Amino acid sequence: MTTVKDEKTDLTKKDIMQTFIFENFQQASFNYETIHGLAFCVDMIPTIRRVYKTKDEQVKALKRHLVFFNTTPAVCGPIVGVTMALEKGKASGEDIDESTIQSLKVGLMGPLAGVGDPLMWGTLRPILAALGASLALSGSWFGPLIFFLAFNGVRLSLKWYGLQIGLNRGLGLVKDISGNLLPKLTEGASVLGLFIMGVLVNKWTTINIPLVISKTTVAGKTTITTLQNILDELCPGLPALGLTVLMMYLLRKKVNPIILIFALFAVGIIGYGFGILK
Amino acid sequence: MSVIQIILVFIWSSITGAGSVLDEFQTHRPLIACSVMGIILGDPAKGLILGGTLELIALGWMNIGAAQSPDSALASTIATILVIIGGQDIQKGIAIALPVAAAGQVLTVFARTITVIFQHAAVKMAEEAKFNKIIALHFSALFVQALRVSIPTTIVAIFVSPDMVKTMLNALPAVVTGGLTVAGGFIVVVGYAMILNMMSVKYLMPFFYLGFVLGGYLKLSLLAFGVVGLVFAIIYVQLNPKFSLPNLKNNANGSKNLNQESELADDELED
Repeated sequence: MTTVKDEKTDLTKKDIMQTFIFENFQQASFNYETIHGLAFCVDMIPTIRRVYKTKDEQVKALKRHLVFFNTTPAVCGPIVGVTMALEKGKASGEDIDESTIQSLKVGLMGPLAGVGDPLMWGTLRPILAALGASLALSGSWFGPLIFFLAFNGVRLSLKWYGLQIGLNRGLGLVKDISGNLLPKLTEGASVLGLFIMGVLVNKWTTINIPLVISKTTVAGKTTITTLQNILDELCPGLPALGLTVLMMYLLRKKVNPIILIFALFAVGIIGYGFGILK
Repeated sequence: MSVIQIILVFIWSSITGAGSVLDEFQTHRPLIACSVMGIILGDPAKGLILGGTLELIALGWMNIGAAQSPDSALASTIATILVIIGGQDIQKGIAIALPVAAAGQVLTVFARTITVIFQHAAVKMAEEAKFNKIIALHFSALFVQALRVSIPTTIVAIFVSPDMVKTMLNALPAVVTGGLTVAGGFIVVVGYAMILNMMSVKYLMPFFYLGFVLGGYLKLSLLAFGVVGLVFAIIYVQLNPKFSLPNLKNNANGSKNLNQESELADDELED
């Protein structure tokens, strides 16, 4: 109520346009550690530059968005938009804490990828590509042209309107924040975010340990039991959970993440060499 | 092949390499990559037919989650050179494209490992709030991906020898390429751990474990998991006595309306 509208911290058309352009390079720095982490930070730079005036706040905001992020590139718009609105709210003094922002990002990225992957890669592209390919095979240049224009038309509108919707909804959300809504949102977002993170740790991590534990021959039929079989029977994905919890512990002990990454690469190479991992 | 053609091949294969990681404009798809290569190499018709044929084979090659598909960019550029300049027929071109796509996948693993360094350099720049340096790092990582396709393609364009590419890739010890691929499957746990440490509220961690166990046993789509998670979140907030107390003090009706609105907003974002 008391906030005076400060023109200088309002996101301009140019900021939004710049974010939209950056969004088209969502996977430019695709890396195994944080996937789109760096890209998301770059998406947020026009906003961070605009809304935060002190260097200390800027550093905090930049680092907050340099963490793991992954979704279907075509549907990243709404998440970027909501996060822009939350950052703007936070900058103008609303009591929005870091974990709310992270939780909302995580809570949205999984489900949106759940829609985006089958929609873009499983439906739209194969249909347009099959159409384009059949035209190309008959010697028509409309094949590649239709494929290129139609796919990018849909993709760009998803990105543009997704960003707008996310930003407007997010701003509405921030405006409505009063009384005990914010703690509710914070807790609710954390529940959703943590739940989705749990699902992702299981679904988006691949560890296969084909180490043979026992070989039993019953009535001429040999049954090979691998460590993977045993672990899967306990609970599918258990090694991924163990590894994640171990990494959380080591990171809290201030171990440099670079060292952890090199260690994991070494584990991969050594494990593969000895046939323990596949 | 003329020098200009070689330069154009280098530029176009760089674009397809960048396109292959971006997965935005689809320049890495055979339908587009082969067609443009055909124009550069002076036989557009053959490039178009090869593109159409290869596209149908590659329909199912897609990047899902953190995994990556066979590399259609490298496969398209090299196959087009061998068909048009090397004088092979389309079928032979396809036969070459498939192992090249697999080899390209190995190169992708390397490129996506190298870019971890860019990520960490960006964290350093963030300490100083150097916005432009962070943006520059993000886009320079794209060059790694561009060169990943354009270097092997240009080498093939100059020597027109697929065997050379194969020999080069075979020179990498299998234990390293295999090991990196294996590690690529679980290296993200460091990223998960970092974000979890940031989000983690100890008394809410059971929801993380719940998600994990359900993720292991239920064959639901991520959207469905999102709905389940949202329902858990709403129920948790509704039943939590912590929130019902101030609710009584305040204007009960007013805050109730607000809640409904926020939940609605959440719902719509999911769609």
